[in-house]
Amino acid sequence: MKIYLPNSAFLGNIDPFLKKMDFSHPKQLNISANKQWISIHPVVLCMVAALGLQVNPKNISSEKLEAKSKHYLQRMGLFTLLNFPTDKTIIEHESAGRFIPLTRITNSAGLTAFISEIVPLLHVEPKQAEPLKYIISELVRNVLEHAESKSAAIVSAQYYQKSNTIRFGIVDTGVGIKKTINNAYPASTHLEAIQLALTPGITGTTQRIGGTEYNAGAGLFFIKSIAQVNREFFMIYSGNAMYKLLKSEPRLKKIVPHGDPFQDRHSKGEDYPAWQGTVVGVDMALDKTKEFTGLLDLIGGVYLKEIKERKKEKYRKPRFI
Amino acid sequence: MKEIKIAKLTGTFAENKDVARDLRLKKIIPAIETKEGIILNFAGIEGATQSFIHALMSDVIRRYGIEVLDKISFKDCNETVRKIISMVVDYMQESS
Repeated sequence: MKIYLPNSAFLGNIDPFLKKMDFSHPKQLNISANKQWISIHPVVLCMVAALGLQVNPKNISSEKLEAKSKHYLQRMGLFTLLNFPTDKTIIEHESAGRFIPLTRITNSAGLTAFISEIVPLLHVEPKQAEPLKYIISELVRNVLEHAESKSAAIVSAQYYQKSNTIRFGIVDTGVGIKKTINNAYPASTHLEAIQLALTPGITGTTQRIGGTEYNAGAGLFFIKSIAQVNREFFMIYSGNAMYKLLKSEPRLKKIVPHGDPFQDRHSKGEDYPAWQGTVVGVDMALDKTKEFTGLLDLIGGVYLKEIKERKKEKYRKPRFI
Repeated sequence: MKEIKIAKLTGTFAENKDVARDLRLKKIIPAIETKEGIILNFAGIEGATQSFIHALMSDVIRRYGIEVLDKISFKDCNETVRKIISMVVDYMQESS
């Protein structure tokens, strides 16, 4: 496998990075990078880590990283997580910056511990942390419950001062969305599976409206909607398909999420290198973050409406002969 | 009526669905079965996920019908928790 870290890869311009990944020779990983500068979204780091964890550390190679920001990879814990020897002269910054280094979450207790670190590590106000905790919990639980991922959930987050934004990624190398959704719905492509997974009330555990005792099919819809109402990016990539919620247009005063994610402002494609598992990246601008309770009203209302409509679809009419 | 302090089991952010399931199976359902009723005390809980409340409540509503809410009280919920509980109760009524 080959991965090239460009000078810039954030959710808005991540497509060329994704398309350039090379998953051939899965027992080896070669990491190369832009010589001048590396500025990447945490989800990119999570992807590199997730790939590296599938490979024997002896089979990971990297050209000598020359970019001035190479210490960033060190600081975010990439080389430590991969057990990959690095230039000892790289100065590791204290982890008291506003970021959460790459973390592998393998179980429920690990998730609870991780969530308790969000406020102190990212230095956010408890109110600002509410949607972050919510999103991370729901996404990581999805991985733990459905992904069957050997590398578990790889998570990382960082605060960006200039845009006053927290960006984070959650990545797994499990069975992917299509296989999970196919337990209950006949999605024939990865993109169709992503569409279903983002639709309120759809879960891979049952076709029953309202879900099972353990799953309602609301998690991904809520997360996409939180990003949407806050006019931020949300990206989900699984198999050869990628769906990206684009920032809502500023002239729109009121944003109402759609039940069908393809009706929201988005880009999508199904010609990406096939990622075995699921990748999710989210941005959250702190100064634009709407009051969480207001978000819940809005998103809960859409969810309820969708459930009603889906129930109506199942109504049967009397057959008069 | 038995009272359960949720924060003791979940901390300030109620998101662990395993805890929710245990509570449902070991505390809530037995209290409903014995017609004793139960108070779920959310004091100290700053936030909860929809998944947590769903794992706590959906099967109870599905099994015993919406009238089961006459036997369950939700105490000291902040606005976020109230909204999430209300949302789950609403959609369970719609989907049952």
